[in-house]
Amino acid sequence: MQIGDEAMKFSLPATDGSEHGPDGVTVVVFTCNHCPYALAWHDRLTQVARDYEGRAGFLAVNPNDAERYPRDSFDAMRERVEADGGWPYPYLHDESQEVARAYGAQTTPDVFVLDAEGVLRYRGAPDADHRDESQRAAWLREALDAVLSGDDPARPETEPVGCSVKWRQ
Amino acid sequence: MRVELLWWEGCPSHPETLADLHRSLTEEGVDTEVETVEVVSDEQARAERFPGSPTIRIDGEDIFPCPDAEPYSLTCRVYRRRDGRPSPTPDPDDLREAIRRRHADRR
Repeated sequence: MQIGDEAMKFSLPATDGSEHGPDGVTVVVFTCNHCPYALAWHDRLTQVARDYEGRAGFLAVNPNDAERYPRDSFDAMRERVEADGGWPYPYLHDESQEVARAYGAQTTPDVFVLDAEGVLRYRGAPDADHRDESQRAAWLREALDAVLSGDDPARPETEPVGCSVKWRQ
Repeated sequence: MRVELLWWEGCPSHPETLADLHRSLTEEGVDTEVETVEVVSDEQARAERFPGSPTIRIDGEDIFPCPDAEPYSLTCRVYRRRDGRPSPTPDPDDLREAIRRRHADRR
């Protein structure tokens, strides 16, 4: 999927039993339980979800093959959210990996920002350095601010950084 | 001292780890080559007792042992920074300390 393409519509099951898909301006983050890059960026991404609540939706999608990576099973996802006392956004299970394939997700994390029409406006890393919390997911915030203002993100695409998506074999 | 860095291409952390390793060895005055071993299959991961990428061994021993690593497979390893944050690479201070300890044990 390229910048400017209409993103695939989807509805996936969340750890709380509900189903969710993009609706309005939405951040879709492919992420997982076991990857240290996803874990390193998790708090920063969660803060973005909190800071943009009411203005942009936020969906976390785990696409990994849980047979080879049991720490990414739906049960393990539920346990993680419960252990954290709940997340301010749904954690979705892409068991068939259909959504990840349609989006062209490469890594966890891999961040996609859709505008209100469901068009891809940003894709890439949350910010420049997983080690530096002061970055505060700046690239994602920059893209969201632009989209919410009706502008084009100045930096529509960056290189996603993280563990490879674990595709079924 | 035999120093090995085992890595898997599914985690992009090995170049940073190799750089940290070279820096730590230099700072601790250890003059040795780092052998890099690419792990390419779950079978090799089991044979090597590879808990995830990156893994550093000195004289055949993992310098950051992880007892719950099984089943061994191609995966990324989660380290912790000294402040508790998860990280794809060992904390540089922990790395330097581990090398210092191993180096002292050999003297």
